[in-house]
Amino acid sequence: MNRAPLIFLGIFFALAFSWTGIILTNHLSYAKLQPVFDETEGKAFPQKLPGNAERGKEVYRDLGCVYCHTQQVRQPGYGTDIERGWGERGSVARDYIHEKRVYLGTMRTGPDLRNVGARFVGDAGRDWHIQHFYDPQITSKGSVMPPFRFLFETRAVIGEPSPRAVQAKLPPQYQPPAGHEIVLTQRGEDLISYLLALKDPALYPEEAARLYVPKAEPAKAPDQSAQPEAAP
Amino acid sequence: MASSLTASLNPASSPDMAKRAELSAIDASTRAPALYFLGSSVLWLLVGTLFALIASYKLHTPEFLGDVEWLTFGRARTLHLNAVIYGWASNAAFAVALWLMARLARAELRHVGLLFIAAAFWNLGVTVGMVGIAIGDSTSIEWLEFPTYATPILFVAYALVGAWAMITFRFGRAKHIYVSQWYLLAALFWFPWLYSVAQIMLLFEPTRGTVQGLVNWWFAHNVLGLWFTPIGLAAIYYFLPKVLGKPVHSYYLSVLGFWSLAIFYNWAGVHHLIGGPVPVWVQTAGIAASFMMVVPVIVTGLNQHLTLVGAAAALKYSPTLRFIVFGGVNYTLTSIAGSLMAMRSWAEITHFTHYTVAHAHHGMYAFFTMVMFGSVYYILPRILLKEWPSAKLISLHFWATAGGITLYVIAMSVAGIAQGLAMNTLPAGADGQPGSPVAFMVIVADMIKYLEIRTIAGVIISIGHIAFAVNFTWMLVQPRKAGATEPTLFRNAPDLEAAR
Repeated sequence: MNRAPLIFLGIFFALAFSWTGIILTNHLSYAKLQPVFDETEGKAFPQKLPGNAERGKEVYRDLGCVYCHTQQVRQPGYGTDIERGWGERGSVARDYIHEKRVYLGTMRTGPDLRNVGARFVGDAGRDWHIQHFYDPQITSKGSVMPPFRFLFETRAVIGEPSPRAVQAKLPPQYQPPAGHEIVLTQRGEDLISYLLALKDPALYPEEAARLYVPKAEPAKAPDQSAQPEAAP
Repeated sequence: MASSLTASLNPASSPDMAKRAELSAIDASTRAPALYFLGSSVLWLLVGTLFALIASYKLHTPEFLGDVEWLTFGRARTLHLNAVIYGWASNAAFAVALWLMARLARAELRHVGLLFIAAAFWNLGVTVGMVGIAIGDSTSIEWLEFPTYATPILFVAYALVGAWAMITFRFGRAKHIYVSQWYLLAALFWFPWLYSVAQIMLLFEPTRGTVQGLVNWWFAHNVLGLWFTPIGLAAIYYFLPKVLGKPVHSYYLSVLGFWSLAIFYNWAGVHHLIGGPVPVWVQTAGIAASFMMVVPVIVTGLNQHLTLVGAAAALKYSPTLRFIVFGGVNYTLTSIAGSLMAMRSWAEITHFTHYTVAHAHHGMYAFFTMVMFGSVYYILPRILLKEWPSAKLISLHFWATAGGITLYVIAMSVAGIAQGLAMNTLPAGADGQPGSPVAFMVIVADMIKYLEIRTIAGVIISIGHIAFAVNFTWMLVQPRKAGATEPTLFRNAPDLEAAR
């Protein structure tokens, strides 16, 4: 091995090979993944996030939520994600096609969040997130999630109390001094909007036809399987 | 054997004065840039260690610094990773690589200014990136967290180092291309490619959906496999025979080890996505490649082991050898463990758990960082023409880091298995059917004790780092003693004592 050009060629092709195989082929083949139009609902799935949720995703990014929470549900029979209620089905590639940045994650210090919007819903879900962000111990005793009190602001009430004051939702020991109120910052609002919006639709017909589902269980989302497949 | 051991341990006693003078001139020519890179690396090591301790402590005591936004776990952990990867490990890798390149090409360093600018750019880029993460501009893409306004600075630095390496290689006087040079050339070429592709496909022009996951792990695993691992192996291939004063056991094993690594490591990164929403065929390819990694690992391990056999007594004397051998052994261990982690059934348990964290530290610390420590112990006396001031501090450094990381890896591996079993398997129910899964909060509570052990291990490792930094600084500031040419060893080798 004394011929430098040969060594260099080998080095070049080794990486070119994997780049072509892992990345380029998939980059090209993913082009056929398109949203699926559901005629009964009159919408195409997966849907894009609303604007405030997109802003919340930026908060999710800057605080590094991805280091403790995954956003991918394993398929039935591989792990216990379905049994834990983290989703009604495993995640598929089509779920992520609108996302400018994908937070699949590699660590589950905390639970998977791919369908957290299905677990905490509406005003009750919002209140839960407010308590949980203010101090995770309120809702989840023994949690190792840090408090995110910097997403709130404790300030003196000047004139009318703010309609966005949240202290009424917190237990007594967290109440601010008299004449003060706790408000959720815009970043906090956005982050909660994101979490409330974070859920995947029922399985698309094409994936339903292909995915392995254990025989003992009834097929997931039977209402979808009867639908005609949208033209890609 | 005895005389060559003495010669290799003590640069002053080499019989071949002309060759020594040439080496000495080459070493001297690397002094300024190597010191720049090494000094920065030690500073970043301390910064990274501090963030590691903060992050580790926070994970079992979440209220600790709970109201400090820029130190929230998601950022402190990220600051730790980037400080040690791009600050410590890469700076150290640059220093070791340029010193080895100059020595192996038998060429005095040209264009030192180029390297100086590169070092300045690199550290500027890392600093900007760290501040960016602290103020909330992290990309939250693992191993690529530096914001887009920091990464071009790093790229400029890297391009300069790469260009410099080509020049040095081209104008070298050595007829033979030694095995370390294969690895160095490959690493210096691979990293900028990986880095630029990952930047473009993830940040500047994001690719579609979960292809991002593929790009992410193609990059992140290859940073280990095609940047740090080749530099670490190049250092082992150089220092092991050098310190022992005997040739590498087998040339052909070296060739086989190099090319099998080049071909298989590339594809292995997909194993971070096993069971995830990416095409199954790519996962299978990743698993196959991960398993094939057994070939280069066994071949390289065997080659190094057979080089060491019969000369292991030198471990008692030489700090460089002790760190390098510790690193080499752990390269084999962590790689085998990594190949097994790619098996679908084992990944089902260990993926998403602390087992992965243990594995990452096993590779990045117990292998790479320890090899870099060993290299620094060899290089610094030769470029400064001074000896290490304290053998006791070197000894403390070795035992604290070796003991600390061993405790770390064992504790987190056990934690990961316990966590993975509880999280991914169903306990037997009352009627023989699978029961309901263990409650998540029960698993969280069960992990606390392991996380506390991790903090203890981190403190022990930190003590080693402080000993290293003190010794390093002391060495820089101490005056050069005329006529003092005895190397700092853990204890004097018998043949050295006889010679006195």
